[in-house]
Amino acid sequence: MIGTIDAPAPGAPIARPATVDDHATAGADRVKELVIVNWSGDLDRIWPVLILSSTAAASGIKTRVFVTFWGLLAFVRDDVRITGENWMQRMLAAMNRPGIDHVKLGKMNFLGMGPWMMHRLARRYHVASPRELLEAAQAMGVEFIPCQMTMDLLGLKASDLVDGMGEPAGAATAIELMTEANASLFI
Amino acid sequence: MTIQITRQLDARGLTCPMPIVKTAQAMRELAAGEVLEVLATDAGSVKDFAAWSRTTGNPLVESSVDGSVFRFVLRKA
Repeated sequence: MIGTIDAPAPGAPIARPATVDDHATAGADRVKELVIVNWSGDLDRIWPVLILSSTAAASGIKTRVFVTFWGLLAFVRDDVRITGENWMQRMLAAMNRPGIDHVKLGKMNFLGMGPWMMHRLARRYHVASPRELLEAAQAMGVEFIPCQMTMDLLGLKASDLVDGMGEPAGAATAIELMTEANASLFI
Repeated sequence: MTIQITRQLDARGLTCPMPIVKTAQAMRELAAGEVLEVLATDAGSVKDFAAWSRTTGNPLVESSVDGSVFRFVLRKA
């Protein structure tokens, strides 16, 4: 479904914060920018996306994460189990449970044994979980921008996604952000 | 000269990136010139606090180790 969000008028400039963020540090002439394209929904890729984005924001760097394809399923709210509007979209969600607590490993998944062990090891060694890191990233001011086309493709509504996501946008926005930023990553 | 510590942060037991994230959050609440002392056990934090200090421009006044506990003293720029 298209048009659940108030999209900016075609040709309108990208909404950029009018003021320097409060976490920008003194001494820097220009606030540095980092853009991460979060394509993967795998635990072992979501983890570094959240570690790098929260650390960048904590370092006073304006950080944006453009969330697309499988990455966006990790940003579905906890209380939303099945997403999508038709049977194919719903079946995709059923086969690939959305949500930050349900991301699977890209390798050694073994029907969930791999992620289970990984989460146990993370707890034992006090490594922050993806959920904690997402909360930290949002608290530090990381802007997560959902890909509009992915939302249409997977039948995701803005209300299916976690609170605090930015305005959905498309590839041209991602390209502008990446080319303007000091560094950009595709994960 | 002894440095007047304004605030302390216990980041012992936390791993990357939480000591840095919590440091940044604590530094937000300080005024320019005030000083934060951080205790951490993450072995990567020695390089990380130096890097964070360079990136943000908040001087790392002191970096020391006592057994397995690292101590960092940062002044808010």
